[in-house]
Amino acid sequence: MDNISILIQAPPLALQLLIDGLLIGSVFALAAYGMALVWGVMNIINICQGQFVLIGGYVALTVARQGLPPLLGVPVAAAALFILGWLCYRAVIFRIVERDLFVSLLATFGIAIVLGQLMNNIFSANLETLDAHLGNWFLFNGLVSISQIKVVASAVTLVIAAALVLFMRRSRLGQAIRATAQNPRAARILGIDTDRIYAMTYALNAAICGASGALIAMIWVIQPFGGLIFTVRSFMIVILAGIGNLPGVILAALGLGVAEQFVGFIAGAQLQIAFIFSALVVILAFRSWRLNRQRRYLA
Amino acid sequence: MSALLEVSDVSKRYGGIIANSHVSLIVPHGAIIGLIGPNGSGKTTLFNSIAGTHPIDGGSIRFDGREISKLRVPEIARLGLLRTYQQTRVFRQMSCLANMLVSESSKESSLAAMVERPNPEQRARGEELLEFVGLSSKRDLPAGSLSFGQQKLLEFAMALMGAPRLLLLDEPTAGINPTLINGLVDRLRRAREALGITLLVIEHNMRVMMNLAEHIYCMARGEILAEGKPAEIQNDPRVIAAYLGTSE
Amino acid sequence: MRLLHNKLTMRLAILALTVIAPFALPAFQVELTFLWIMIVFALSWDVMGGQAGYNSFGNIAFFGIGVYTAAVTQIGLFNDVGAYTAAAGGASLNVTQAQYFIGLVAGLAAAPIVAIIAALLLGAALLGLRGHYFAIATLGLGIALGELAAGWAWIGGSSGLQVLVYPGTLASQRLLFYFLSAGLGLATFFILHRLYATRFGLVLNAIRDDEDKAEALGLRTTRYKIAGWCIAAGIVGLCGGLMAHIIGFIDPREVAFAGATFGVWMVLMAILGGKGTIWGPVIGAAIFHVTRELFWTYLYAWQNVALGVLIIVVVVFFPTGLLGWVRQRWPRLFAVTTAGEPSA
Repeated sequence: MDNISILIQAPPLALQLLIDGLLIGSVFALAAYGMALVWGVMNIINICQGQFVLIGGYVALTVARQGLPPLLGVPVAAAALFILGWLCYRAVIFRIVERDLFVSLLATFGIAIVLGQLMNNIFSANLETLDAHLGNWFLFNGLVSISQIKVVASAVTLVIAAALVLFMRRSRLGQAIRATAQNPRAARILGIDTDRIYAMTYALNAAICGASGALIAMIWVIQPFGGLIFTVRSFMIVILAGIGNLPGVILAALGLGVAEQFVGFIAGAQLQIAFIFSALVVILAFRSWRLNRQRRYLA
Repeated sequence: MSALLEVSDVSKRYGGIIANSHVSLIVPHGAIIGLIGPNGSGKTTLFNSIAGTHPIDGGSIRFDGREISKLRVPEIARLGLLRTYQQTRVFRQMSCLANMLVSESSKESSLAAMVERPNPEQRARGEELLEFVGLSSKRDLPAGSLSFGQQKLLEFAMALMGAPRLLLLDEPTAGINPTLINGLVDRLRRAREALGITLLVIEHNMRVMMNLAEHIYCMARGEILAEGKPAEIQNDPRVIAAYLGTSE
Repeated sequence: MRLLHNKLTMRLAILALTVIAPFALPAFQVELTFLWIMIVFALSWDVMGGQAGYNSFGNIAFFGIGVYTAAVTQIGLFNDVGAYTAAAGGASLNVTQAQYFIGLVAGLAAAPIVAIIAALLLGAALLGLRGHYFAIATLGLGIALGELAAGWAWIGGSSGLQVLVYPGTLASQRLLFYFLSAGLGLATFFILHRLYATRFGLVLNAIRDDEDKAEALGLRTTRYKIAGWCIAAGIVGLCGGLMAHIIGFIDPREVAFAGATFGVWMVLMAILGGKGTIWGPVIGAAIFHVTRELFWTYLYAWQNVALGVLIIVVVVFFPTGLLGWVRQRWPRLFAVTTAGEPSA
């Protein structure tokens, strides 16, 4: 593989990939956090997570095409997806909340298919990206470029993440969500309307995905059928970090971002995608093998 | 003659909690041994250790002279050590008869055996055992449609179908209608006599335990507190204190 | 049901219908062929999904492996595969009739074998997982293999692979593959029907209902899971081999490893009819096939949206499928009384 030798001969290139990986990876962390939230609170693995991200991207795209400043796309996408998430909950999700996980897998898969097709019909099947009209910083005599929008995106991600953490710890709704996650029956007895909490959680997750998607549209590309990959990325990050481990989520997300960039460079785009799905299998198989030695299994 | 089951100095901890601490007990061939103790004393954990559900942290468990603490659950079961569960586990979507037939399947190991139809002898045996526990009218109903007590009986029948040498029973009379308990105790004894099965029984129902067991171990806080004949245990002040608490 | 008591009559009737159908409805020959393919999809998925409780989203991987194996074997027996794919349709091969049919048979024999080998390898990694972890791990299998296939130039890469052209009339080709598909469908049904009546069926169901309990009884669950997984892979792999010839052109993502379409549909079909039963997947496949055709005709641009909605509706409102719904609505058709005699 001569791509590897290129990397070795030109360290700035490796640095470029590393920086890109870290910046892009940081945005993945948001979607992963949202997935962990829905999983922890409602015991639903949200397969349409990736689709929500993409729709966020398309909303941001639309905003930019109206001539508005691209970064405005982030809050607009968050708001739009909040509504979409709430609608999904009211239409479908509330019926599957306390049922077995396989039902939630298939139902959210169905939603993902519906949304994906809708995106395909409304926008085209082409790859799209959003140009935020920001420049690049250059290091090492122009060998390494750090696109400013990627840095801005990471910064925005950090801000959103911090806001989320504060929200979950300090606000009443945040505490109610955490209470429901730990014990829905007890929460109900204490007067918490768990149905409303679930709706809020799901909608909040969708909003998080929307914001994340808007950022991704600016720093990468989006296409209507790329949802499943994002879902799998989020799932992998959650598996690696564990639900409720925010620093772990960030680290895992960064790691995944970097790994992806390197694989993509060394082996090409198709193998990059294959890598993600294979990595999932490997991680799960390894985890399961380790537990198996103690006669336990992943549950 | 050595015992059928020898548990020596077994310890098991979960994180910071010591569930079993240096537990030793002996189950002689053909005996009915009781295990009592207040909730949380580690009885079910001990069963899990013996049956191989989790690895133990220390000690040894010998079944018919053979060390089994490193073996996995299916291997231990195939050696002839079966167990029932406190919450009762049966195959809910399968019919009662199917539950019985699948319980018999463990001994064969060839590929051809995997695709054998259940033969008439197996069916007859399954129906006979269902009869033995009083469930033959339910044989084609899904096991999940049975009441809790009936499922317990089914689980017991399934265990017998597996022709074990040692059967660990976890609270066999819990949840059973009191009028039916005598019948169950009777069946337990008959199983031992007719089928030569040795029993190790966890029970909270003291009347049952005293009638059934020949020798009783009492556990508390993860350790064996006392052991002896039913009459001795009944009057042992330490046992009484463990259940009722000391008077303060 | 009394009607079913006369098994022989029913079997003969089905056989007769199967044989007559392509002649009675010549315009629907391709549709009928696809119907049998769908039935095989659903039945093969149900071995692990419905009977053993291991819901896999990745069986399409074995299908795709079968597709490519059959095509490549047929080409490779008498020609250079690499040269053929490099020419990308620019060169057509001179293949005698005998070579075509020998290649066909060899390809169809190789397809399930390679699929089973893949199943053994993947199973080693995956079958230790349970429940939703298993489902999600399999989620990406089809897509991953699709991408790998798209990147492998020797088998045609993204441009796809043109299957050898049938040396004969279109009519005879259609009939041949109809009967091959129907044969596979009937064989699958009867083999599985018999298999489920043996210890194999009992143990798979036990694994589904309570795997820990099954282990505690001493059952060799690992062995049975691997066997079920390989059987499912082999059947769907052979199905893929047939599909290669029916479609004629293999696109790695749309035809071979069509995860988001056929991959999901096979799950839906089995659930739609009633998973865990022998007739459920068949009924589900039939209903789904007809529904899909209707969607295609009347909703063209929105057909996939409609299919997505169908998945949601079935999974949320009819998780036990049509058979389960009928059983609840009209229990006397299925009910067994406590005396052990079937009622009605």
